[in-house]
Amino acid sequence: MNILAAVGIEVPFTLPIVDYNAIAPLLILLGAGVVSVLVEAMLPRGSRRFIQLFIVFGALVAALAWIFTITGVRVITAEGAIAIDGPALVMQGAILVLAILGALLMAERSIDPSGDAFAARASALPGSEDEKQFTARGYLQTEVWPLFLFAVSGMVLFVSANDLLLMFVALEVMSLPLYLLAGMARRRRLLSQEAALKYFLLGAFSSAFFIYGVALVYGYAASTQLPAIASVLTAKPGQTSLALIGMALILVGLLFKVAAVPFHQWTPDVYQGAPTAVTGFMAATVKIAAFGALMRVLYVAFGGMRWDWVPMMWIIAILTMLVGSIIAISQSDIKRMLAYSSIAQAGFILVGVIAASPAGLAGALFYLIAYGFTTIGAFAVISMVRDESGEATNLSKWAGLGRKSPFVGSVFALFMLALAGIPLTSGFIGKFSVFAAAIASGDTWLVIVAVVASIIAAFFYVRVIVVMFFTEPGPQTASVEVPSVFTTIALAAGATVTLVLGILPQPVLELVSNADLFIR
Amino acid sequence: MNPANYVILSAILFSLGAIGVLVRRNAIIVFMSVELMLNAANLAFVAFARMNGNLDGQVAAFFVMVVAAAEVVVGLAIIVTIFRSRRSASIDEPNLLKY
Repeated sequence: MNILAAVGIEVPFTLPIVDYNAIAPLLILLGAGVVSVLVEAMLPRGSRRFIQLFIVFGALVAALAWIFTITGVRVITAEGAIAIDGPALVMQGAILVLAILGALLMAERSIDPSGDAFAARASALPGSEDEKQFTARGYLQTEVWPLFLFAVSGMVLFVSANDLLLMFVALEVMSLPLYLLAGMARRRRLLSQEAALKYFLLGAFSSAFFIYGVALVYGYAASTQLPAIASVLTAKPGQTSLALIGMALILVGLLFKVAAVPFHQWTPDVYQGAPTAVTGFMAATVKIAAFGALMRVLYVAFGGMRWDWVPMMWIIAILTMLVGSIIAISQSDIKRMLAYSSIAQAGFILVGVIAASPAGLAGALFYLIAYGFTTIGAFAVISMVRDESGEATNLSKWAGLGRKSPFVGSVFALFMLALAGIPLTSGFIGKFSVFAAAIASGDTWLVIVAVVASIIAAFFYVRVIVVMFFTEPGPQTASVEVPSVFTTIALAAGATVTLVLGILPQPVLELVSNADLFIR
Repeated sequence: MNPANYVILSAILFSLGAIGVLVRRNAIIVFMSVELMLNAANLAFVAFARMNGNLDGQVAAFFVMVVAAAEVVVGLAIIVTIFRSRRSASIDEPNLLKY
């Protein structure tokens, strides 16, 4: 078009058509993120925390409320770059609810006597005089809130991106703040910084694979929009080698975020090193966002190449389930154990993705929601179990905890049973719907492997319960700090949803089955 | 000149970057190698834009450049923090998180 203008032909400028109603939740979050940055720059230190919390919770609740008003919207907007459809709305809603719980954990200030979960000043050297001064003065690093808001906006965009280029931008908007949040823990700062470094270098490496894959797919299809790629695939089915390589590289990037084996190496380190509140938030929401993007790419763009990606995903799903479950058995740190557990759970969700049917999609969505609430609740408990050095994450310090604090112990036991997939918890319904969908699609062998893997996984979940309840509490046993209302709400919400989804799953099952498919 | 050659060059650059990430030991150099991979993607985008005869690829290259710049900001912040607390930017030394 510029060429036409250069030779003197008038080209009328046409505005792109954007359905602002459908993307309003995203705009609210991004706008709040910008305001939040300005608050950091302009307001005095003392008033920032209160105002930031007001902005964060206001934006999250407003975006969530808006999603409830547009539940019937099925539209591709912004010149084909954003698709707001049933699965996208369900996942956006789930991400926002879990982000509210994550924000509650991050806002907690009464568990740690010296402040919240984040370093008083992330730039001060660990162990230095500066750090002591900042901590003694009670400084808080309120910059975490803008970062948090941008991460949530990235996730909300990621699940509805209908264009590979926009998906890449959303991936980075989601990941970059998380790299920083992972490195800002108040205690054990060297571990936290190391986690941030590993997360960043590996994350940047994997997103480079993603964008190179996008470039190759663009070379094949002459477009980065998912439906356009699908129609080119049907138009010239013979010469797909460029699309195949491109798809494989894109999948490397997405499976890294999902934490599937062999792209899982970052997960245990980051889950262990990051502040527990951030780990809980990240474990629950990034999983949903990454699976949303993965399913959209596989179903919408590469649905025509199903027979090429199914064998590849079979191998990855089997490896993910087995490696995650088996390595988790040998872990002695509870955060690290939950990291391997999250790898195994990613494998179970992949079983539903491979089914590539409406039932498989609905099962995966249900599993993601159930897993998110359980995980965030489990990390809420971990943030409360402490000794004099901070959080007591070593399993040996959990010995007898259930007898010392029966209530918190039982709640944690509930989360462990849900992750193991015991009936009457949300985990069972999730596993059942995913496995049933896979059998209906003819993947019986995959389900057999998945059942074996979940039996292995049940071992280490139940072991935590045994350690907590069938050991006498000793001098080593950590104690449970009484949290403020923030963590209490997050914990109560996680436990309630885990239980209710196990006993009365019907409303949410209907929600995910009525979400239809991804629109093209 | 045949634009396909540029695609091959971009694949070579991408591989060099990937090898750099895997074998180098300094966090800054590792990070530079990641940037090389992103720029290889840019070259591929532009070459394919020429071959496909539309502008989408050139626009994509701009987006990738902006994202790469944002990544530099975050990445250098993390690497500098690590360097200040450890007096070294080697990626072999931070090894507290294992098993």
